Amino acid sequence: MTWLIQSAVLLTTPPFFLGVIAKTKASFAGRKGPPLLQNYYDLIKLFRKGTVHSPASSFVLRLAPAVIVSTLLTAGLFFPLLGRAPIFFEGDVILFAYLLALGRFAMILAALDVGSGFQGMGASREAAFGAFSELAFFLGLVVLVVISGSASLTGIFQWKWIHPAWRPVFLLLFAAFFFILLAENSRMPVDDPSTHLELTMIHEGMILDYGGIDLGLILYGSAIKLFLLMAFAISLLWPQPLAWHWHSAALLGLKWTGMAVAIGAVESVTARLRLIKVPQLLIANFVVTLFALLVALFGRRV
Amino acid sequence: MKSLFTALPNGGSIPQSRLPLLEIELWRQTILEHCLKDQARIVALFGERGSDQRIRVYCLLGADHQKLLLAGAAELTPANPAYPSLTTHLPEAHLFERELHEEYQIVPEGHPWLKPVRRHGSYPYYRVEGDGIHEVAVGPVHAGIIEPGHFRFQCDGETVLHLEIQLGYQHRGVENLLVRAGRGRRAVLAESIAGDSVIGHGLAFCQALEGLAEICAVTKRAHGLRGIALELERLANHAGDLGALANDVGFLPASAYFGRLRGEFLNLLMELSGNRYGRSFVRPGGVLFDLPPGMTGDFQNRLKQALHEINELSGLLFETASVLARLESTGILPGGLAKELGLVGMAARASHLARDVRHDHPFGIYRWNPIHPVTLSTGDVFARAKIRSLECKQSLKYVLALLEALPAGKILEPCENLRPSSFSASLVEGWRGEIAHIVLTDATGGIARYKIVDPSFHNWPGLAMAMRGGQISDFPLCNKSFNLSYAGHDL
Repeated sequence: MTWLIQSAVLLTTPPFFLGVIAKTKASFAGRKGPPLLQNYYDLIKLFRKGTVHSPASSFVLRLAPAVIVSTLLTAGLFFPLLGRAPIFFEGDVILFAYLLALGRFAMILAALDVGSGFQGMGASREAAFGAFSELAFFLGLVVLVVISGSASLTGIFQWKWIHPAWRPVFLLLFAAFFFILLAENSRMPVDDPSTHLELTMIHEGMILDYGGIDLGLILYGSAIKLFLLMAFAISLLWPQPLAWHWHSAALLGLKWTGMAVAIGAVESVTARLRLIKVPQLLIANFVVTLFALLVALFGRRV
Repeated sequence: MKSLFTALPNGGSIPQSRLPLLEIELWRQTILEHCLKDQARIVALFGERGSDQRIRVYCLLGADHQKLLLAGAAELTPANPAYPSLTTHLPEAHLFERELHEEYQIVPEGHPWLKPVRRHGSYPYYRVEGDGIHEVAVGPVHAGIIEPGHFRFQCDGETVLHLEIQLGYQHRGVENLLVRAGRGRRAVLAESIAGDSVIGHGLAFCQALEGLAEICAVTKRAHGLRGIALELERLANHAGDLGALANDVGFLPASAYFGRLRGEFLNLLMELSGNRYGRSFVRPGGVLFDLPPGMTGDFQNRLKQALHEINELSGLLFETASVLARLESTGILPGGLAKELGLVGMAARASHLARDVRHDHPFGIYRWNPIHPVTLSTGDVFARAKIRSLECKQSLKYVLALLEALPAGKILEPCENLRPSSFSASLVEGWRGEIAHIVLTDATGGIARYKIVDPSFHNWPGLAMAMRGGQISDFPLCNKSFNLSYAGHDL
């Protein structure tokens, strides 16, 4: 039952939250903004189109969209979205992290495959920033494993031992994962998803050569990635109850929408960082997780 | 020092017989003397092919401190069209000399880089080679809705070592079109030189023709209305650019509100002239539409409201730390370099060069109501953004004062019959900077040569130099801070 519902939620809801972000940003700018379901319309439009591949590209370019979407969907099955995750075992945390990394790897390879200057720049930026943000991501996982004593996502996000005390370590971790979420999903202040200036793009730069179904898959993949990392961050403060009730679906909608609004607000009130400063910020983020580790190891247990 | 060149007023004309025709070496020496001793800068340098195939080169200098325009000419024979280059001593001449070479096959000997300006064929791009050096080519087709231009970066990782800008994709031959066009079409053509400087170029054209006309007295009311239109054009473009800069750094609220404010200024311009960009408003002899007394009060109220909003919005933009972090120290163009390259207008004023035609060579209403240039000293993107907001406030106050006491009178006087064999120079401070139109008439009073210098022509090399050593990802922001015209450069 949970298995079916989780798969359905994972497959259908992610693009909705991109719509929420867009609406939030529009309201900050005093505009109406696109309809909440615009991303679904875009995806349907793209899925009905054909694709064109550059003659300079190889099978890597064609394979990447499928790899990206399938790794993300598989990773989603390990996450306790509604109660227990459909698949869980000790150590699935590592698999989760590496599935995300595999998706990124496929994307970078595909960008390099065409051999265009813009995509090369996008790929090199993605690889450099990815290396920094993964550092913090893995350390954050270590902290979670240390405090929960479990190496499974389902074990980590258990309602009973986090609630009701908001321990400082979780606040630190939430801050770190919120920033990882922004960096990994090419949101402000790291990348600007709304402009298409050739020389400044990261994510948009890498997917320049895609169109039609492939582009649709990649955009769908980005939405799932955002959804999963939002799940990760919000579950640190407010995890889903382990037992399945119908109201946990409503709870999920509420929490994710709140996260999306928060992302939209952050994007609206800050300008994008100078590209050269991004690694500094990512390292600062790593330091925050390091503090979290110290607190987890030496802090007084409540 | 007594100059060998003849002085003429901005918007005035002199018979060609009074224009000194010097030996080419003396002509060159005079230009160098004027410019190197910091008294003048090159406003325009151009050629004209006479009926006997002899090429005459003209130079118009702006002696800003003395508030004088100086003109002089020299002649070259088609058999040996060469002279020692000015560029080796005077970098600001480099694009002008390349243009002379392209259009008249004149050879400025010793010029470091005689690449064609607009009609480029197989001329090689400058190339940096070595480990880790890569080349990035952008354009002429861009991802946004902008004009075509090709940018070739030589990069070491993310750092730009060299930027080469290749323009000319918009070359329409405007100068020749203006010579050939009938009387009625000329003003329309002049307004289309650069789509965002309709009033600026239109006004420069009208001033040039009015200077040449045998009978023409533009009334003070017409001057006032022209001033209002020119400042509204400045306001609309400055506000639009501030919004675009905010958009480029991803700061949405300011981007949206400045965009709305730009619309407000364009609406005012439309109510004044019937067109959002001010087309068909300025014509030789005056303006075509009056501002009725009933509308003045409404204009004042809306401009006061706009002044209030500009103050608030500038606060929002320039007090947000993350925005300042992007703007400050990005794309620095030091004052000394700006002077060497001969920058004009707002970009020059952001690099601490107090160059403003409205102040240095006042024309129209600025002769009665003076305006003082605003300058900043850092020369970075921040300065070029900040100066826009400062000039917006200044322009708003200026227009409000002008509306308070708009002189009465007719708005259009006849302007007929150009003086034969004359030379007329007309300078206007458009929103981007100095727009120069120079007209030479033939023996029958027809136009023999029409020369246009858009501020972009002076300023494009400034952008290339400001990018040196910068981050390639900062290019869109730096480019937007100059916001130069492709069409104005290509003509």
